[in-house]
Amino acid sequence: MALTKLDQLYRAVILDHSKHPRKQGVLDKATAQIELKNPTCGDVIQVQLAIEDNMIKDVRFDGSGCTISMSSASMMTEAILGKSIDEALMLADEFSGVVQGKEAVHQKELGDAMMLSGVSKFPARIKCATLSWKALEKALETDGTGVDGQLKHD
Amino acid sequence: MTVPYEELKKDFKILDQHVNDEPLVYLDNAATTQKPDAVLKAVEAYYNTSNANVHRGVHTLAERATTQFEGAREKVRRFINAPETAEVLFTRGTTTSLNWLAQSLGDLVVKPGDEIVISFMEHHSNIIPWQQLAKRKGAILKYIELTDEGMLDWNDLENKITDKTKIVSLTHVSNVLGVVNPIRKIADYVHGKGGLLVVDGAQAVPHMPVDVQELDADFYAFSGHKMMAPTGIGVLYGKRQWLDQMEPVEYGGEMIDFVELLDSTWKELPWKFEAGTPNIAGAIGLGAAIDYLENVGMSEIMDHEQNLVAYLMPKLEEIEGLTIFGPHKTEDRTGVIAFNIDGVHPHDVATAMDMEGVAVRAGHHCAQPLMNYLNQPATARASFYLYNTLADADKFVEALKATKEFFLHGLD
Repeated sequence: MALTKLDQLYRAVILDHSKHPRKQGVLDKATAQIELKNPTCGDVIQVQLAIEDNMIKDVRFDGSGCTISMSSASMMTEAILGKSIDEALMLADEFSGVVQGKEAVHQKELGDAMMLSGVSKFPARIKCATLSWKALEKALETDGTGVDGQLKHD
Repeated sequence: MTVPYEELKKDFKILDQHVNDEPLVYLDNAATTQKPDAVLKAVEAYYNTSNANVHRGVHTLAERATTQFEGAREKVRRFINAPETAEVLFTRGTTTSLNWLAQSLGDLVVKPGDEIVISFMEHHSNIIPWQQLAKRKGAILKYIELTDEGMLDWNDLENKITDKTKIVSLTHVSNVLGVVNPIRKIADYVHGKGGLLVVDGAQAVPHMPVDVQELDADFYAFSGHKMMAPTGIGVLYGKRQWLDQMEPVEYGGEMIDFVELLDSTWKELPWKFEAGTPNIAGAIGLGAAIDYLENVGMSEIMDHEQNLVAYLMPKLEEIEGLTIFGPHKTEDRTGVIAFNIDGVHPHDVATAMDMEGVAVRAGHHCAQPLMNYLNQPATARASFYLYNTLADADKFVEALKATKEFFLHGLD
């Protein structure tokens, strides 16, 4: 059955993150937050960060979207918690490569997010995987005061 | 079954292929349709034998191209039973047709404080042009509510359409719900209030007999590519009494009579509206598509799609956790079926179905106000056409069940 191929995309870990998302919710004291939409599919994600001394002390996400976008957001929160802003941006950049089929240097730091490497075989779904990471980048762009935005067609 | 649909399928080479190692079942016909050999051959033959610019040459090829281009217009006229070919304008598609109307008809009849009425089931191309017209003119845009089944709420329609309503623009068939709206009844009501009725026929003309005189629509728009013709060709039908008064939206070659330094005069209908070199090959392809459709028969096509829906609906209703949007009764709908599986996002559904070779659409279907109205961020959508068979319907149900199992229970 052709659905066996879906295993490349939807591994148990991914389905687990989708069903039991980590760090989903709202922070009491966020220093940076953003809402990002993917207008082509209607996915919406909010990412909140608590940044202290250049370090990500806490993170939450919320929103609605497909299995890929929601599990990716959950995985992202695990990967960036406790990292510096520069480290988080570096991981975002690397993750963007991973889902396009590139090798990653910091596989250990990306953690579960590496499971989404299979997305590279489903080009139509790459944007789903990167939505939360793009939100993170936008939230960090202005050192803590991100604005609402839409995912650009690139 | 009078029409051999299995045989017809062979006219569409693209359908004879495997996708992700599975035989392709193409169920995204509301987005665009596949083209039969006859249409592709007509376009090729035009370029191989007759290509020239239309209406402006005396040489033989120019004459041939003009004859074929205008011949296609006559085919369209006959197909929708317009009174005269001058009332059939070629456009890029439904979107262009509706934009022209919002611009030109809007300038002619809409004043500040006037009302424009649309509904919650409209495609973005039948929302935004009117929304922007309302903003430009200081007019009021109103939306007709829907019933629980997703049909136009007639009581609300009577409330929303008033003596101040200048334009009512509604879809003939919803691209999400598959609902067929009672256009003639609406036209009578709108005319009784002194307004004009514009109809978005993009999802109707390819699937059922359409007679613009019987419908009494003042304007009727549709696209070629949703009825087996190439992309980039569409139609705007309008009653002469209004087209005559309307100003062209675009200016340039082909549409002028005399050009002086400070003013110009326009050609007569329909050319007044068709500035620049038109999509000649597209129009000829549309003519060939009409020949193909008429050969099968529009009533037969409508019956075929209703049979497919009647066959599918009970099977779909049996699937636990599957929501079907729009009416379930076959006589109220076409072969467009929007659905969601509880707990599974439509994008995941579309990816999984694609792995099974079944092409369905997922998203907001260019109908964000309708999605908000249904309280759904998105839906999946299967849409059938004349080359889809009962076997395709079976494969669709099978893939749907497998998809649900995969996401709710994983692979064993």
